[in-house]
Amino acid sequence: MSTWTPEQPIVAIADVHKSFGKVDVLKGVSMDVRKGEVVCIIGPSGSGKSTLLRCVNALVPIDRGSIRVEGQEVHDPAVDKLELRKKVGMVFQQYNLFPHKTALENIMMAPVMVLKRPKAEVEAQARQLMRKVRLDGKEDAYPGELSGGQQQRVAIARSLAMQPDVMLFDEVTAALDPETVKEVLVTIRELAEDGMTCMIVTHEMGFAREIGDEIYFTDRGVIVEHGPPATFFTEARDPRTRAFLSQIL
Amino acid sequence: MEAVWDFLRHVHDAYGVNLVHFYDGFERGRMLRGMWTTLQLATLCILLSVVIGIVGAWVQGSRSRLLRAVVQGYIQFFRNTPPLVQMYFFYFALGPMMPRVENEYGIPQPILGSFEWAMLSLSFFAGAFNVEIFRSGVEAVQKATVEAAESLGFSRWQIYREVVLPLAVRVCLPALNNNLVNLAKTTTQAYAIAVPETLFVASQIWSDRINVFEMMVTLLTFYLLLVGAFVWLMGRLERALRVPGFGK
Ligand SMILES: Nc1ncnc2c1ncn2[C@@H]1O[C@H](COP(=O)(O)OP(=O)(O)OP(=O)(O)O)[C@@H](O)[C@H]1O
Ligand SMILES: [Mg+2]
Repeated sequence: MSTWTPEQPIVAIADVHKSFGKVDVLKGVSMDVRKGEVVCIIGPSGSGKSTLLRCVNALVPIDRGSIRVEGQEVHDPAVDKLELRKKVGMVFQQYNLFPHKTALENIMMAPVMVLKRPKAEVEAQARQLMRKVRLDGKEDAYPGELSGGQQQRVAIARSLAMQPDVMLFDEVTAALDPETVKEVLVTIRELAEDGMTCMIVTHEMGFAREIGDEIYFTDRGVIVEHGPPATFFTEARDPRTRAFLSQIL
Repeated sequence: MEAVWDFLRHVHDAYGVNLVHFYDGFERGRMLRGMWTTLQLATLCILLSVVIGIVGAWVQGSRSRLLRAVVQGYIQFFRNTPPLVQMYFFYFALGPMMPRVENEYGIPQPILGSFEWAMLSLSFFAGAFNVEIFRSGVEAVQKATVEAAESLGFSRWQIYREVVLPLAVRVCLPALNNNLVNLAKTTTQAYAIAVPETLFVASQIWSDRINVFEMMVTLLTFYLLLVGAFVWLMGRLERALRVPGFGK
């Protein structure tokens, strides 16, 4: 049905507005993400970064504008949300693992239940993903028995098990202590190097600079400016961007 | 066994302690059938009321306001009226409206007997509380966890069945336990519509044999053991559901 081709943006966000009651959270946000691209979104707290990501996989409905994933309008009432969520994986700040399931079960649940794939095949894939995020040996551990960094890597593996085309990361290292931040960032970098399309909300400027193809700076519901890291961090034009960067760097 | 019955007979003759419902084969049979009926009634009511609780709590989270209102009405009705009156209502008011079927002698009889009505009314009564109990558990589940399931493409029912309910049960098990213990004890109320459960047969025996005190002690001991066994089972369930590192 959709006439999307890989040359077009895989995620096309155009003039998106969103408010919660009286609070205007997104005020006309536009952004194109190409296949294989890594986009980092930075900005002060409350500027609407999480809301933007959540709109992309339809966890939050938008008021106006359009978001297309692989050509498919996300907020079309007729859209198959399941199809959308097969394409878009999301990892959260608080990991949000299922606390009553082991690490391996956490990874296996969605492919088995949602995609109806055979259990044995899914299990083999899940074990492989555990190795990929360097957690082999922890398959039978419950989330409560894992460190924050380990839980977050299970959460990443859980999303990857759905074999999404786009991954959304919402401040996935913000709840971690400094030593474990690195192990999670390494995992994400490997993903990006494998060609995964990523939208990453982060406060880790060094990481954004190193991994991002394009950096977006948001403030109060609008995108103030964006550019490739080489120029963005050194030649930011807008005073708001410069103020933010000088605070955080 | 015979020796025991002889001994009890001797106790009766020598000391006047009348345990005829143990040593007399006929009375013993009556009593055991009563206990078996209680056990069946309690088990079925517990299962049915838990199903009502689970389904009711699910419906309370539905988008349909009509469905939510129906469940709310059900809860209000069964929580705020006396359970004995509910049982009378089911048996004496609804019962006669039901179609009749012919039994094996060709005589028409109600499609539901007193046992079935007792089971239904008690299950609905306890079920109303179970809905509230499960709902409190559901509300304790973190929204973020539900959101993660949503983002993985789980359907609403899959989220409830695989994530929300298992977590909610762990939270609300103590409250559920209390309500189900109450339910098991309230099965004695079926006496009022002549279900031949333990209290009913006990009262028959003590009227025939004039051993009220001994019967009462037997009755209380039976319920102590019954509820004790149930609490033990629930304790095992609670341990089985315990997840390392969760809910500390
Ligand atoms: N479900 C909601 N209901 C009401 N207000 C909300 C809701 N979600 C977000 N908001 C509000 O929208 C604004 C933007 O929130 P959002 O979480 O998108 O910001 P953010 O840029 O991710 O901030 P942070 O860096 O702190 O995570 C905030 O003022 C927040 O209070
Ligand atoms: Mg946020």
